[in-house]
Amino acid sequence: MNNQNQNTHIKTVTGATLKETAEKGGCGKCRASCQSACKTSCTVANQPCER
Amino acid sequence: MTSTNAKQERSLTSSDAKQERSYNNIHKYTLDGDYFVVDPASGAVHVADKTAFDFLDKVKPSIFERYEGIPGGCYSELYALYKRGLLFGDDNCREHAKTSIDAPLKALCLHVSHDCNLRCGYCFAKDGTYGGERQTMPPETAIAAIDFLVKNSGERTELEADFFGGEPLMAWETVTAAVDYARANESRWGKRFRFTVTTNGLLLDDDKIAYINANMSNCVLSLDGRKAVNDKIRPTPNGGGSFDLVTDKFKRLVQSRSKTDSNFKDWYIRGTFTAYNLDFTEDVIELSRLGFRNISLEPVTGDEALPYAIKHEHLPQIYEQYERLYRMIKAGESDINFFHFNVDLEGGACVIRRLRGCGCGNDYLAVTPDATVYPCHRFVGFPEWEMGSIKQETPPQKMKDEIKAYFTETHIYSKRDCPDCWARFYCSGGCNASSNERFNDCRITDSKSVECLMMKKRLECAIALNALKIANKC
Repeated sequence: MNNQNQNTHIKTVTGATLKETAEKGGCGKCRASCQSACKTSCTVANQPCER
Repeated sequence: MTSTNAKQERSLTSSDAKQERSYNNIHKYTLDGDYFVVDPASGAVHVADKTAFDFLDKVKPSIFERYEGIPGGCYSELYALYKRGLLFGDDNCREHAKTSIDAPLKALCLHVSHDCNLRCGYCFAKDGTYGGERQTMPPETAIAAIDFLVKNSGERTELEADFFGGEPLMAWETVTAAVDYARANESRWGKRFRFTVTTNGLLLDDDKIAYINANMSNCVLSLDGRKAVNDKIRPTPNGGGSFDLVTDKFKRLVQSRSKTDSNFKDWYIRGTFTAYNLDFTEDVIELSRLGFRNISLEPVTGDEALPYAIKHEHLPQIYEQYERLYRMIKAGESDINFFHFNVDLEGGACVIRRLRGCGCGNDYLAVTPDATVYPCHRFVGFPEWEMGSIKQETPPQKMKDEIKAYFTETHIYSKRDCPDCWARFYCSGGCNASSNERFNDCRITDSKSVECLMMKKRLECAIALNALKIANKC
């Protein structure tokens, strides 16, 4: 986020996070979620990592 | 909605597909004069000015590969992001689809009651019965389900059970039996349980509120918003409204929950909007006025022929409502925590989790009052999806190998419209049961469906709000 945020035309607010999560991920400690509308239509995107 | 090309964006049935594919791996859109660029494969999100935003219409990877540009210019900024893998990034996550194949069990949805004391017009569960008899799960079955979960959870330490129905408070003895049993033994098992209850609130009293606040890590309180809206579609069996019967009880639960000496503070009001209340922001405002800050208001799903169903023709109004909510929250006019605008851009779930989302049929299962196991609550009542019984001394992997295998191999790369959709790592391909209901195949997704288009609109608002927060612009 550092160098590119000296940019004047495009600011990166979050960098390449997905690849990093793959290296440490898959522990299964995060909460279950349900994408069904009859529950919460919860997307995994709003589930925090709890590792 | 304003976006890359206003005319295209107004074409609701085709705009997203054109946009996603014409820009290869990036998604760009504008909202209230701000310009956003999402690079799905890397997870990067950028806030651009109009010059960079428009420039992205003209560039593509093959150009970046041939030309570096002049330092200090807009192109060179884009070029640098491209070289860092933050624009038009390659999707290197497909290999992770092979993980989680033998995932141990993590969560159960316990259908403690196939009965309900409301007669909601949009109920997918057929008044709580799921098309069968009205019945309650015996406490010993719930305890057996806890044992089943523990036994098949492998080395997992964090386990979950949610009490669902029907109306789970109609089976209160079963709920407390399961919770008390798990709490009494979780240390010995080396596990920690998180419980959730989803209730319409009719049977809440002070004792139940105290128990829920002491033991449930989350509670979902069903209320649709304005009294007239709620009562039209959430009547009691005799046709009366339910709003006045539950609102004060929910207030008491929420007020006492904040004062309870426990770590269990999560809760939210969960409502449904339908074609009857397309001005649903008014319902969010009403829920906020009643003192409820955590609000999840969901679009109803189901056959488009139903009178309350949301159809493509409703989308402009729905988009307008989401944008209205976005502006309210962005401007600080409301302190509501709108569930669907929450997205963790900096520390969210890992990509392995994002490939499948809920994990239904694999690490997440549903158990009915008669102990039958299904992939999730939405498959209950369909014999072809029965996976066995918790009364069998058989682990879930062996119960119906073909069903578990099917779900382990159902992920964003095996779903029809997902592999190149910009939203794939946010929605994880949506609800498998919804796809199955519509196409008789969990792997057929339709990027032009009402469900997908609403999801993408909510995600655009959520990403924008959180991107601006990080950029300190709101």
